[in-house]
Amino acid sequence: MVKLSVNNMAVEVEDGATILDAATKVGIKIPTLCHMHLDSFNVEHRCASCRICVVEVEGRRNLAPSCSTPVSEGMKVKTNSIRAINARRTILDLILSNHPKDCLTCEKNGCCELQELAGEMGLHQILYKGEMSHTTKDLSSKSIVRDPAKCIMCRRCETACNVMQTVGILSGVGRGFEVTVGTAGARPLVDTECTFCGQCVAACPVGALTEMSYVYNVWTALNDPSKTVIVQTAPAVRVAIGEEFGMEPGTISTGQLVHGLRLLGFNKVFDTNFAADLTIMEETHELVERITKNENLPILTSCCPGWVKFLEHQFPELTYMPSSAKSPQQMFGAIAKSYYAEKIGKKPEDIVVVSVMPCLAKKYEASRPEFSHDGVADVDIVISTRELAGMFKEAGVHIDKLDSQDYDNPLGESTGAAMIFGASGGVLEAALRTAADWVSGKDLESVDFKAVRGLEGVKEATVNVAGIDLKVAVCSGLGNTRKVLEKIKRGEASYHAIEIMACPGGCLNGGGQPYIHGDTSILERRKEAIYKIDKDLPKRKSHQNPDIIKLYDEYLGKPGSHKAHKLLHTEYVKREHF
Amino acid sequence: MIDSVEKLYKQIDELKNTPKTASTILVSLGTCGIAAGGNPVYEALKSAIADNKLEHVFNLVPTGCMGMCHSEPTIEVVHHATGERVFYGNVTPENASAVVNAGQGVAVGIPLLERSWYCPEDEEKVSDEQVQARIVLRNCGRINPEVIDEYLVNGGYTALAKVLTGMSPDEVVQKVLDSGLRGRGGGGFPTGKKWEFAAKQKEKTKYLICNADEGDPGAFMDRAVLEGDPHAVLEAMAIGGYAIGAEHGYIYIRAEYPLAIQRLQIAIKQAEAKGLLGKNIMGTGVNFTIELKYGAGAFVCGEETALIHSIEGKRGEPTFKPPFPAVSGLWGKPTIVNNVETYASIPAIFRMGIESFRKIGTEKSPGTKVFALAGKIDRMGLVEVPIGTPIRDIIFKLGKGCKYGKKFKAVQTGGPSGGCITTDNLDTPIDYDTLIALGSMMGSGGMIVMDEDDCMVNIAKFFLEFTLDESCGKCTPCRIGNRRLFDMLEMICDGKGTEDMIERLRTLANIIKDTSLCGLGQTSPNPVLSTMNNFMDEYLAHIKEHRCPAGVCTKLITYNINDNCVGCTLCARNCPVACISGEKKTKHVIDQDKCIKCGVCFNTCKFHAIDRV
Amino acid sequence: MACQNCEELDLIVKFPEKTAELDTYIDSLGLNNDMEHNRGLLIQCLHRAQHIFGYLPLEVQKHVSKKLSLHLSEVYGVISFYHYFTETPVGRYKINVCTGTACFVKGAGTVLEEFKRYLNLEQGETSADRKFSLGGVRCLGACSLAPVVMVNDKVYGNVTPKMVPEIINECK
Ligand SMILES: Cc1cc2nc3c(=O)[nH]c(=O)nc-3n(C[C@H](O)[C@H](O)[C@H](O)COP(=O)(O)O)c2cc1C
Ligand code: SF4
Ligand code: SF4
Ligand code: SF4
Ligand code: SF4
Ligand code: SF4
Ligand code: SF4
Ligand code: SF4
Ligand code: SF4
Ligand code: FES
Ligand code: FES
Ligand code: FES
Repeated sequence: MVKLSVNNMAVEVEDGATILDAATKVGIKIPTLCHMHLDSFNVEHRCASCRICVVEVEGRRNLAPSCSTPVSEGMKVKTNSIRAINARRTILDLILSNHPKDCLTCEKNGCCELQELAGEMGLHQILYKGEMSHTTKDLSSKSIVRDPAKCIMCRRCETACNVMQTVGILSGVGRGFEVTVGTAGARPLVDTECTFCGQCVAACPVGALTEMSYVYNVWTALNDPSKTVIVQTAPAVRVAIGEEFGMEPGTISTGQLVHGLRLLGFNKVFDTNFAADLTIMEETHELVERITKNENLPILTSCCPGWVKFLEHQFPELTYMPSSAKSPQQMFGAIAKSYYAEKIGKKPEDIVVVSVMPCLAKKYEASRPEFSHDGVADVDIVISTRELAGMFKEAGVHIDKLDSQDYDNPLGESTGAAMIFGASGGVLEAALRTAADWVSGKDLESVDFKAVRGLEGVKEATVNVAGIDLKVAVCSGLGNTRKVLEKIKRGEASYHAIEIMACPGGCLNGGGQPYIHGDTSILERRKEAIYKIDKDLPKRKSHQNPDIIKLYDEYLGKPGSHKAHKLLHTEYVKREHF
Repeated sequence: MIDSVEKLYKQIDELKNTPKTASTILVSLGTCGIAAGGNPVYEALKSAIADNKLEHVFNLVPTGCMGMCHSEPTIEVVHHATGERVFYGNVTPENASAVVNAGQGVAVGIPLLERSWYCPEDEEKVSDEQVQARIVLRNCGRINPEVIDEYLVNGGYTALAKVLTGMSPDEVVQKVLDSGLRGRGGGGFPTGKKWEFAAKQKEKTKYLICNADEGDPGAFMDRAVLEGDPHAVLEAMAIGGYAIGAEHGYIYIRAEYPLAIQRLQIAIKQAEAKGLLGKNIMGTGVNFTIELKYGAGAFVCGEETALIHSIEGKRGEPTFKPPFPAVSGLWGKPTIVNNVETYASIPAIFRMGIESFRKIGTEKSPGTKVFALAGKIDRMGLVEVPIGTPIRDIIFKLGKGCKYGKKFKAVQTGGPSGGCITTDNLDTPIDYDTLIALGSMMGSGGMIVMDEDDCMVNIAKFFLEFTLDESCGKCTPCRIGNRRLFDMLEMICDGKGTEDMIERLRTLANIIKDTSLCGLGQTSPNPVLSTMNNFMDEYLAHIKEHRCPAGVCTKLITYNINDNCVGCTLCARNCPVACISGEKKTKHVIDQDKCIKCGVCFNTCKFHAIDRV
Repeated sequence: MACQNCEELDLIVKFPEKTAELDTYIDSLGLNNDMEHNRGLLIQCLHRAQHIFGYLPLEVQKHVSKKLSLHLSEVYGVISFYHYFTETPVGRYKINVCTGTACFVKGAGTVLEEFKRYLNLEQGETSADRKFSLGGVRCLGACSLAPVVMVNDKVYGNVTPKMVPEIINECK
């Protein structure tokens, strides 16, 4: 332990702690921008580049960046000396002098760390005006907008993409005043290996990386009387959207969410969870088949489009491995525009399927050509949790003030197994629940496979499924995924099944979720909420979902049937890799 | 193969006893000697010797820089019988036969140069003219850098031999500590301390790096050492490796120095072939290998953490210290980074002993420092003086003041990180701390002299332009702050400055210094602050009167032809944009719209007929 | 863009011997599975590649990044950082005016201006016929000859604006 003083207050912190840690401990907030510490994933980005966190340390010639300066015994820190305050103001002044002051129309308005800082520091004019750097906006992809003009060079996105996800799309480009963060060869994002996982967006403190917004498309559809507009909500949305309305992280707001969507004017409010149960039916069928035949193992889950694209680029030789089952979002779309369309007597082109997803890759997924029939996409518009919150706010729908309502039928019924899709490990656990029943032919009591839960990047377990020992693994985060896949490629590991999610921690930490600004305890609470919903549901196994049973009876036949294959399965392509 | 220390001494003895020719002709063939035409001179001398069959009299040796760049091509003729040395400057190939024919005498008709230095290791100082003391440059211009034997015969690798056989690593570190040697790369950090730090680290793998990036424009001493005496650096690195426990060293050298690279490659090969580098050096069981790594045009890569990233194959962006490289450097291993000149001092320290070394220089900074004199100085070149020498002696005794009798205005030391020193402070003894007190820096040792024709606001702007170009762009104060300083200076130079800018410049400059991540940003505003402190009148003239007193800032000057014009047409013929018109013998006029204000006409007119206002 | 791509593709396809030369060099460096080790060789590989191809178009960058198993963005980030590397073809005559301090105070600025005017090129540009590239360089260490201009490997010292046409005329 090290003893020091911060603003004359004595404080004791651990060896290796920073001044920032010490100040936080005594309740002093030092502004930060470039620093990011994702506790739960052991990722710390400490590039000390923004210099907004400088403080005065007695006996030191220069001001010290508190986020990166380790404490030492007897250190005397002043965070509020005139010298430090002046310096911080000037740094902010400089950042703003090269920043478009577009807050009113900025995607990040209201959740921007720079904006908040400017507010807190009360900078009312910019002293050092001058030439701004020259950049171009990248609107090429369906998922992500890059506006380097707003970039403050904190490099958090690089750490997210290159270190955490190991996709390696982003790099500092050029140098000096015109330096930017960009792609190789300044190519548009759509021409890169970007997985659209959106972790860079989640990391960006400002509006330099944001989602491509489709809010306006949703409003247009809602106002088109010729269309039946139905909406599906992904599992992780209901445990996070409340944060946008001041509810405690981890608040479950399923019923209020449904109510709110109805108020917006959707004709039907359905649940992606229904499709998640369907996914389990198909995927588990495949799992059991591959295990019994002992071929093509391990089976990899395929419901995360970010992961799928990662695989296609980085491990094209392994494209045979994942389950051919579509993701819940796409299964929903396919069923909505076939089974459901027939049921309500509408043509697929007159139905608009809107998805609310915690995810940015889902926007891209919906646009993949194989997910459409005769030019009609299965899923028409994908918006993120954040975008939906924005629509609510725009429409004056404050879901925190609403009472609960239920999803519509028949695509609204779901089980606990579907719910846990939102957390890393959930898909596998859901599949195991069904597999165990199917193999044993019983309705087994124990449904909890706790070994695969949690935010750790790689979880390995041997689980007993109806007397068979299965070696399974769960990866979340593409960096962790890469490690496991390389081991498999080198023949150093063998598994029966692996669940893979592109986002660390799974969809609850998706690129479209409310910003956590580096506070991973929020994720822990979202996770707890997900497992609570599961626990409290009467039915916790997908094959027991009555509406799923009905769907097979009425329409699909059996899991793995020809019709099921046509509607619910897909294949993967090999893509370019550098 | 030298597989024992005894063999080294034996070989040196043998070399010393090899019969010599009566005289040696040394031709300075560093980059600038070559650029100035040294090679044809060398060839001419070679043929002259061959034609006259004088091979037994003259030994012709290509060498590195002699330091007298102002008179390149230069040659030195050493007559061994008398010990007499004759320096000729501005030698042409046509002079070759005269030199050869003069035999043991002095050829007439070729400018002679005096020797303003002595080498403390070999000789006593005999006159006051010997302002220079050459330790680092001792062999430069004296040996053929491509022949290892010439280094050996001058005591080469004996320091390494002494260290490897007679001293423990701790003793070596202690010796360097005791010598008081401070880093010559700019910061002046005690070298021994750095070594001690790294030596203490428990890691098995450690690295030693030589910083040969020499990015400061106007500084070229490292280049001269590498081109003229590469083995000194190699020997020192091996000593350092032994001291801290590193078996592998890198020399990070800028790609703009092809000749230095070539000579280093040759030197490494020769040293390895002789068993003086590589595995089991001189049979002592000590290993040390050296590899070259090339820069790619980035000044900031001279900063040690950036340099390390560059060697690792990354963008040359500095990182925050701590951790210091001595704890976690190249590939996370304890790493020492030292400058070329620092290394080049080390073998000498071990050869001459601590006492003799400490006699030179000051108490706090023993030893010598090499300076590169350039700019508006008469005698451009390299000088090596004991630390503590008054700046005046360097500029006026060695450099002979400004050229063409122009008035000395200031000398910039420390390059883009430094500041200017004016007449008022010329008597300051030059040292790390005295220069910092004057708002400048020792830096790598570039000295750019400015005369009355230089506009100091424009100079400050020039340095900032350099900084903007060379900043890595990582941290806010340096990336944006320097740009804002530049924006203001540009406005001032364009006559659009306002008085409040003075205060803003000063505040911002100080905050950039206070908050930047690396040494580049921490020092980049120095030229602005220093010119503001010393030449505020020039700033105010630009701002208040829209006038550039030195007549440099083009937006603030115009050239007009007055009635003195006799119509000689000289100016019209010289104007690069042909914007001067007029009949012969009548008054000429300048088309102001076309004039690019290059000042050529002003300088060519012999009749004072052109005004600059 | 498309056009540039064709040209890039050409480079590798059209000059298999150049690619082979580069590969021989890279293979001689002793690559292994350690990404950090390979990355340490990146800058020298780029030096060599630029030496062989004259510049570093995206196609060559891809080739190098594949060989060293590095992300293309990393390679690009490095290239864009160092002034020495260029992504566009340069002229047969590379005219570099020293913009170092010593040269600056001795009038390199006016020399550069004159080159710009005479060749109708900005600094960093190459003429349409790819004969001349105009660039700046930071100190060649020949400050005693300031202002200094380097054309390919030839150094001109004490250059004045008036010498510019002569220097250009010598480029044949
Ligand atoms: C921007 C910048 C550029 C530098 N350039 C050089 C350089 O070209 N050569 C050098 O030896 N040191 C340079 N340095 C200093 C080095 O960082 C380092 O302090 C030095 O190499 C240490 O060696 P020394 O202790 O022997 O001086 C530079 C520092 C900074 C901040
Ligand atoms: S990024 Fe932040 S500060 Fe910048 S315009 Fe957007 S909201 Fe405002
Ligand atoms: S905060 Fe200021 S800029 Fe923003 S809307 Fe209000 S008045 Fe306008
Ligand atoms: S979306 Fe994911 S893969 Fe794409 S750049 Fe961002 S972090 Fe990298
Ligand atoms: S894009 Fe965003 S995260 Fe990336 S460096 Fe810029 S501001 Fe930081
Ligand atoms: S983990 Fe979930 S949120 Fe993240 S990319 Fe995959 S599907 Fe989208
Ligand atoms: S001070 Fe300048 S060169 Fe140094 S890290 Fe900051 S931006 Fe880069
Ligand atoms: S200043 Fe230069 S351009 Fe103007 S008239 Fe004189 S010579 Fe011609
Ligand atoms: S050089 Fe002088 S005197 Fe001759 S024409 Fe020009 S201005 Fe007149
Ligand atoms: S938060 Fe500390 S330097 Fe950016
Ligand atoms: S004589 Fe050539 S560098 Fe000085
Ligand atoms: S400044 Fe031009 S050669 Fe040194």
